[in-house]
Amino acid sequence: MPESRSAILQQIRAALGRGPLSDAAAAALDARRPAHPRIAVDDDDLVARFVTRFESRSGTVARVSGVDAIPAAVDAYRQAHGLPPRAAVARPLAGLAWPAGFIHHPGPAGQDEQMSVTPCLAGIAEIGSLILASGPDSPTTLNFVPDHHLIVLPAGRIVRHFEDAWTLLRALPGGLPRATNIISGPSRTGDVELTIQLGAHGPRSVHVLLVADADRATP
Amino acid sequence: MDVSSPRFKEKAVIALADPTLRQALGQSRKGFVNKRAELVAALPEFEALRDQARDVKNHVLENLDHYLERFDSAVTAAGGHVHWARDAEEARNIILGICERVQARTITKGKSMVSEEVNLNAALEKRGYTVVETDLGEYIIQLAKEPPSHIIAPAIHKTKEQVSDLFEAAHGGPRKTTVADLVTEARLVLRDKYFKADVGITGGNYLVAETGSSIIVTNEGNGDLTQTLAKVHIVTSGIERIVPTLEDVSLFLRILARSATGQETETYTTLSTGPRRPGDVDGPEEFHVVLVDNGRSKMLGGKFQDMLRCIRCGACMNHCPVYGAVGGHAYGWVYPGPMGSVLTPLFVGLDATRDLPNACTLNGRCQSVCPVRIPLPELLRELRHQQHQRGISPPVQRRALGVWRFVAERPGLYQFANRLAARALKGLSGRNGRLRHLPFASGWTALRDLPAPEGKTFLELWHARQT
Amino acid sequence: MPRVGLFATCLMNLFRPSVGFAAAQLLEDAGCTVEVPMAQTCCGQPGYNSGDFDAARTLAKQVITTFEGFDYVVGPSGSCMATLRHDYPKLFEDDPEWHPRAAALAARSHELLSFLTDVCGVTAVNAAYTGTVTYHDSCSGLRGLGVKAQPRLLLGSVEGLQLTEMPDAEVCCGFGGTFCVKYPEISGRMVDDKLANVAATGADTLLGGDLGCLMNMAGRLRRQGSKLKVFHTAEVLAGMATGSGIGIGDGEH
Repeated sequence: MPESRSAILQQIRAALGRGPLSDAAAAALDARRPAHPRIAVDDDDLVARFVTRFESRSGTVARVSGVDAIPAAVDAYRQAHGLPPRAAVARPLAGLAWPAGFIHHPGPAGQDEQMSVTPCLAGIAEIGSLILASGPDSPTTLNFVPDHHLIVLPAGRIVRHFEDAWTLLRALPGGLPRATNIISGPSRTGDVELTIQLGAHGPRSVHVLLVADADRATP
Repeated sequence: MDVSSPRFKEKAVIALADPTLRQALGQSRKGFVNKRAELVAALPEFEALRDQARDVKNHVLENLDHYLERFDSAVTAAGGHVHWARDAEEARNIILGICERVQARTITKGKSMVSEEVNLNAALEKRGYTVVETDLGEYIIQLAKEPPSHIIAPAIHKTKEQVSDLFEAAHGGPRKTTVADLVTEARLVLRDKYFKADVGITGGNYLVAETGSSIIVTNEGNGDLTQTLAKVHIVTSGIERIVPTLEDVSLFLRILARSATGQETETYTTLSTGPRRPGDVDGPEEFHVVLVDNGRSKMLGGKFQDMLRCIRCGACMNHCPVYGAVGGHAYGWVYPGPMGSVLTPLFVGLDATRDLPNACTLNGRCQSVCPVRIPLPELLRELRHQQHQRGISPPVQRRALGVWRFVAERPGLYQFANRLAARALKGLSGRNGRLRHLPFASGWTALRDLPAPEGKTFLELWHARQT
Repeated sequence: MPRVGLFATCLMNLFRPSVGFAAAQLLEDAGCTVEVPMAQTCCGQPGYNSGDFDAARTLAKQVITTFEGFDYVVGPSGSCMATLRHDYPKLFEDDPEWHPRAAALAARSHELLSFLTDVCGVTAVNAAYTGTVTYHDSCSGLRGLGVKAQPRLLLGSVEGLQLTEMPDAEVCCGFGGTFCVKYPEISGRMVDDKLANVAATGADTLLGGDLGCLMNMAGRLRRQGSKLKVFHTAEVLAGMATGSGIGIGDGEH
């Protein structure tokens, strides 16, 4: 309601004892890019920090020698978990040499979907998180609906801090995606007696395929 | 939501006598407190982060009009809609209007304290919508028909057995008795709802002025399923939840989970920027943000502005010994514990909430853990001051204060009264060193003995020694 | 020699003069001259915390005037001294005449043990106490004035004394001034939780730096029939903790 908008803004300005900001003051605020304290990530081995942190949140990691090894790693995971040879596979990964009989589709993930394989924008070493940008090549349902979410992360895509991830986000062709998902392990809840239980609503298992060959892996 | 704060004392006494509540509260809170302490001890930057978080919030409040306008423009540019609600009724009407327009039937909800604050569920249900809370804790208390007792752990007062009872009654048997089975059962029941939902309503931990993004931070992923699978996503958030840039978001992400649940991060942090885009195969077709004022702008510029820094982490209640003793329901409205004892009187009025600012020992533990350094004890004391000025404080207390002041202003009388009291109380106690009953101090002697004076006051003994 | 005005807190003056004498002795041992102005009454905190800021200001003025001539004002209470240090300047924020005087007094005001260690440089006392003690961190001293290491440092120098830390030593005991009589049931739960933590240490003596908290805990212990000894830390440090402690009479040992 437009009258509510102006009423609220007016009340705010009255409380602050001033009128609307001058153009110069507004421009100064818009130009503000603060540099806040960051958490020391001294360790030069960002990969090691990412893996430690991600595993501490019940995520699992498999190291993969190169992009070509992804289908085999996915299949090994699938067999180890007794899953059918079927997955929602994000489009950038669809062209890989998937095993015969492995059915994949680009999404969205429906209610019966048990497994998904997606790329990600980056890993964040600070807290061991993955950042995923939604789009036609990375539907959001793949990140939340299946029980098993496999994420391809080229080792060279692990950045130090949140701030580094924002830089990548801002550089995307369309600017910020519709949904930006920062994911730190499987879904969990502590709502019953603070007992941690995995797989509350989202994936029960989040498995990172950490691709060693950074250059070729970039989807 | 009805305000039952006038019955604080009565509800507190009932809560204190409830062994199940005590069991539920004791273990859970200890978990939050201990885990937070471990993380903070391991993070040398934590105090600097708190300072910075306080400063950024203050900066936002000083420029709130500007950042709200920027956010509005950015959401619109991303194809979303911003709605401004002056009060709870406007907020409800905006949301009811959207639900009606899209002919919604099922509405899923992620956790949102603002929706509790504006009493949204009752309004939606009254219009015949099926409303499903999807956060496990919220789902549990929705089944129990209770308000949340904690802002981040709404069912913290429920034991596993009580949850088993509720699920058995709602879902039918067989009865689930382990946490794992209970969680799985809720997962299965709620899966259907997400896919059926026409409208998904979530809260907003942060609203980013720069990008027009609203951010939710969750562990379960329910908020993401809610907002991704429904045709329409509505965010409800207070106007003070604005942050200027993504850089500022980093700052708050570094303190929120550590302060709230004692984790380095929650599992999911999601930035939502507008509705489904061309080529997208999922995501909501409409994206709405309802900016709720509901008394917030009136707190600006006054003695309670600091309270608008609150990021709703719950650390204050986790560390509050009074909350730990009585739980969240005694506080009688949406927000319990120290932050609630400040907010409730400001939102619903001083008269109905007389106990809240007083049921506090001013021990300061809340302030010592607040990630944005809100001086909660000072704000509670200021509320007491306003109660005193408006004559709301109890007559007995006012009379007692009057007598105390009259005597304490007169050193001669004060010393005389003390000498008298020292002798009288010593005399009453005999050689016991304590008194079991004292007629005008029953608040004390109901539970404790009163240690008796030694017979003479310090000042008279000291004076005698000097001469 | 620094001239110290000893702030005789209400509870100490009425209920436990020995704490005042212990404080005076510790200050003299640290090389101070101690004086006790007879014109003093209460710091005003009960009014301040009850929202009667006007009454608090009246009493604050009285304290400021009474103690203006001293090098330092020292009291055996974190609670009262935090009122002088932090609250007085706030009470006179908008008063150009009294604010400088309040701020000047605040800067010279100290809780006893932090004064002894941080200002006088005392690191050890000459005292003995036979027993296992546990120490409760009173909230105002701990969070208001940073009193935490000081009592432990000095207690560490007492011959024969063994300190055992209790769980949640930093959690409020449920006293809270008038809180404990306005909300006795809640206060009762809090003090019971505290005493369970005290009992868990197996200590025979409970110490603390604020008589409000000590009387609350001692009063509850006595009601429970416990004979656990309760002393103000200053009494132990001055070698004056010779009786049965707070709330136990001469007749029963």
